[in-house]
Amino acid sequence: MLALQILIDGFAISALYALGATGFTLIFGVSGVLNLSHGAIMVAAAVAAWAAASVLHLDIYTGALFGVGVALIVSFATYFAVVKPIQNSTRIPNEEKEIFVLTGTLLWGIMIQELIAYFFTNNAKTVLPIVEGVVDIFGNRTPRNNIFTALVCCLVIGLLWLLVNRTRTGKAVLAASMNPRGVTLLGLELTQIYIVVWGIYGILAGIAGVLLGMFLGVSSYSVGPLTASAFSIVVLGGLGSVSGSLIAAFVVGYLETITAYMISPAYRTIPALLLLVFVMYIRPQGLLGRR
Amino acid sequence: MANFFTSRLFFISLACVAVAATLPLYVSGYILGLLTVAFYFGVFAMAWDLLFGFAGEVNFGPTFLIGTGAYTAGILNNQFGWSVYLCILLGALASVVAGFVLALPALRVRGPYFGLTTLVAVLMLQNFVVVFADLTGGEIGLTIPDVITINAGANYWIALGFMTISAAILYGLSQSPVGLVLQASGQDPVQAGALGFNIVKHKLAAFIVSAFFSGLSGALLVFYFGTASVGTVVDVAVGVNVIVSAVLGGRRTVLGAALGAIFLIVAGEFLRPTGELATFIVSAVALLVVLFFPGGFLGAALSREARS
Repeated sequence: MLALQILIDGFAISALYALGATGFTLIFGVSGVLNLSHGAIMVAAAVAAWAAASVLHLDIYTGALFGVGVALIVSFATYFAVVKPIQNSTRIPNEEKEIFVLTGTLLWGIMIQELIAYFFTNNAKTVLPIVEGVVDIFGNRTPRNNIFTALVCCLVIGLLWLLVNRTRTGKAVLAASMNPRGVTLLGLELTQIYIVVWGIYGILAGIAGVLLGMFLGVSSYSVGPLTASAFSIVVLGGLGSVSGSLIAAFVVGYLETITAYMISPAYRTIPALLLLVFVMYIRPQGLLGRR
Repeated sequence: MANFFTSRLFFISLACVAVAATLPLYVSGYILGLLTVAFYFGVFAMAWDLLFGFAGEVNFGPTFLIGTGAYTAGILNNQFGWSVYLCILLGALASVVAGFVLALPALRVRGPYFGLTTLVAVLMLQNFVVVFADLTGGEIGLTIPDVITINAGANYWIALGFMTISAAILYGLSQSPVGLVLQASGQDPVQAGALGFNIVKHKLAAFIVSAFFSGLSGALLVFYFGTASVGTVVDVAVGVNVIVSAVLGGRRTVLGAALGAIFLIVAGEFLRPTGELATFIVSAVALLVVLFFPGGFLGAALSREARS
């Protein structure tokens, strides 16, 4: 009974973590950028979807689309205003670009967070779920929204897989993550691939953000924890490895759910952190990472 | 080293400290209190810069070291009522142990992986504080019975003196042969090792020195506040401020980091009338500096001096 409940609840949250972390790891794999404004972009999407419904009085579907659109715009803004200038800068030595991108995106994330807090206050906002009501699974009352969240996450990740493995653009992205120089030699413009990747990332983060807004609700305080959880999932799975991130997302999601049910919700994040430290010591490159 | 005492930087710093020392004679207690916090923060930023700018370790968890020192000192004083100075010393020593713990993964993993390990260390400390609320005061904060002094001017002088001495030691260290070896091992560990330098030993030393000053400053800060809480010495946001200060002031300059910290805290206070937008403006300014003056305040000034 309890096991089934953990299985169902954990699945939805894990799928959501997986979706959030996939875009994050994709960006790192292709352009070596760790985007620390990740949480801010997800929250921006959720708050935009909430505002569309409650301030502009749009219907739920338009609101959700609006949220994803905002995430896409913010994602491009992150690339063009912060990441690209640092990558192209001649005054920053190459070996220090990584820390500059980290600092830059971190500051950018704080700016987005503060703007959201300024215009929409710090209060938690819950986006109206697209599907309502509960359904009975073998005696467990489960909100339909949980199932919907899990389904959408799996569907989007499946579509991403098709895009990366079956289309020309996707293959270019995959190639760029393996060997950027080789891709340039084949006559593909690396900048265009980056733009495509940031676009995919924006959509993924947007969908994850809107779903999170429906599932748990968000506030501007969720920015930091969201970035941290995506970061730890991605490192646990191995930086740049999408399948590693998927596995890690389910490990972390279930570990958190089990702890919350069996021990106490207050200790929710601790076992996952311990696991992370443990993996760092015995296998620093993560579960499926390449060095 | 010898020509430092005749350089312009030395005289400018000396003049700044001399002017700063006279401030309690004519400014209000409010400004003194603000600067006192800023000076302790300056030490956090300088200690972080030693680790990042020289040893090349991306430490996302300066507050792991700061918080360990601060909470150890606070808990000892709260539980056993030991004298303030003993508590501060033990806090700094606990922080050194924490620095040692943090250094272990640093010798194994690099770059983003190490960054995450340090971030996790902070989150663990934060969880520890919340879980063992009986001992640490939990989310409300730990009340500390003793303070060093309640005189605003005296507190200010202690902070200023502490920052000046720390700055002298950390800057001296960074310009010494040890600092050069550290810089070399941060930029190219293989080559530095091939030249016969013991990288492990140097990096470990950098962690220990950085931890000592972070912990000492953290312990002094809680005895100034009279309270220790997650929001003031452990939270990731505090660590972010330390990092932003160091990058803003100019990484690899040590002194710039203190400048950046003072700027960050004073600017945050001046922008208070703008309400919730204050953090936004400070972050935006910091981002512009990162994008257009990657060397930071002091980096830009020093390179101009070097060119002329």
